[in-house]
Amino acid sequence: MTYLFAHAPRVAGLLAQHLVLVGVALGVALVIAVPLGVFATRNARAGAVILAVTGTIYTIPSLALLALLVAAIGLGPLTAIIALVAYAQMILVRGVVAGLRGVDAALIEAARGLGLTARQTLLRVEFPAALAVILGGVRVATVSLVALATVAAWINAGGLGVLLFEGIGTDNPDKIVAGALAAAALAIAADLLLRGAERAARV
Amino acid sequence: MVATTHGGGRVELRGLGVRYPNAAQAAVHDVDLTVEAGEFAVLLGPSGCGKSTLVRTINRLVEPTAGTVAIDGVDVRERDANELRRGIGYVIQAVGLFPHYTVAQNVAIVPGLLGWERARIDARVDELLRLIRLDPAQYRDRKPRQLSGGEAQRVGVARALAAEPRVLLMDEPFAAVDAIVRASLQDEIARVHRELGTTIVFVTHDVDEALRLADRVVVMNAGRVVQTGGPDELLEGPADDFVRHLVGVDAETRRLALERPLIER
Repeated sequence: MTYLFAHAPRVAGLLAQHLVLVGVALGVALVIAVPLGVFATRNARAGAVILAVTGTIYTIPSLALLALLVAAIGLGPLTAIIALVAYAQMILVRGVVAGLRGVDAALIEAARGLGLTARQTLLRVEFPAALAVILGGVRVATVSLVALATVAAWINAGGLGVLLFEGIGTDNPDKIVAGALAAAALAIAADLLLRGAERAARV
Repeated sequence: MVATTHGGGRVELRGLGVRYPNAAQAAVHDVDLTVEAGEFAVLLGPSGCGKSTLVRTINRLVEPTAGTVAIDGVDVRERDANELRRGIGYVIQAVGLFPHYTVAQNVAIVPGLLGWERARIDARVDELLRLIRLDPAQYRDRKPRQLSGGEAQRVGVARALAAEPRVLLMDEPFAAVDAIVRASLQDEIARVHRELGTTIVFVTHDVDEALRLADRVVVMNAGRVVQTGGPDELLEGPADDFVRHLVGVDAETRRLALERPLIER
């Protein structure tokens, strides 16, 4: 633990980098996953394809995916973010699909009967009713991304992984512990925060 | 209590047929039926007889495969489906109140879609809550989960009436509540019908409910209308064995019950 306390500002800086990597990746991933998930629930055939493709991406080993992306677009945070966005898709899309499919059919029947358009039904009825489940997907994706993002240091994208790789390279277990503890703390904090949001979204 | 009287529309079904894709039998077969303006019509029949399908053609939740539906002489297919539905009240057994909306927000949905002014919506919400006998001050800001089954369905009725529809469709609205609550909801809807004069097309499989509420009962079986008539006509002259069996078991008791109505007819 000595490294963690002796170099707290450096650990905090790397933690901030880590947070930015995960935050940006999560934001971009949601912008893609929400429309994909909606589309998957409106069209059964497209839904099967979307779930199969995102599931397949998820099975690619992270180091292999990073290596391939580095070959294609080079080192740096952008490459890491692309990889994180790709991994998050399966979890997020599944959350959106499960949430929307779980909406009480009576609500949708009532909404249509009242004369809400399909779009109004989605925005005013289906999303709010599915929100808790969708946030559950966001929570699982966030915790996974916090763990995965440590690998980003391997391609010069920074973050808490820097401490892990330095610790391994210089045979300094203290550095590894510092990086691991900080990443775990981040994951736990994100988990608690999003659990609270999930509870608040439940009606 | 002052409720706005907005009158009723005339609903005409001509040669109406509905056949669902891949279904062997038509769900509704060659139905001709006119529900007069202000009439309380009850479609009565066993589950699967096509009564819900029929009522859902009126607000275009189901598109017929034959025949026409017209309200006040206008074919419903000439109108935008969503616009049409905003002008027709619709109440379902499962109620379907939006759980994240308050009671007032639920009632205000259709007026909001129609772009009413805020003040007019607020006044209308309170008026409707009073109409269905829920104290606005007490209920306006409640969430649906804080309501009993009977209260929730009252709000469902208020929501359906919010934009002063001339036609109100009710699909087994009281089937999920217990007998005592059902009786009081029946009294309420009969009173609302008298006060507003709205045309009501009401679906039920409950003979007593049909006889109690209807100006005219429309008996359906296997997708066809087998008899239409007032409660007395049905009890005294059932058209066939199906109707006789449906109403006949306790016909004499039921006729006596009609002579001593719980609601003033």
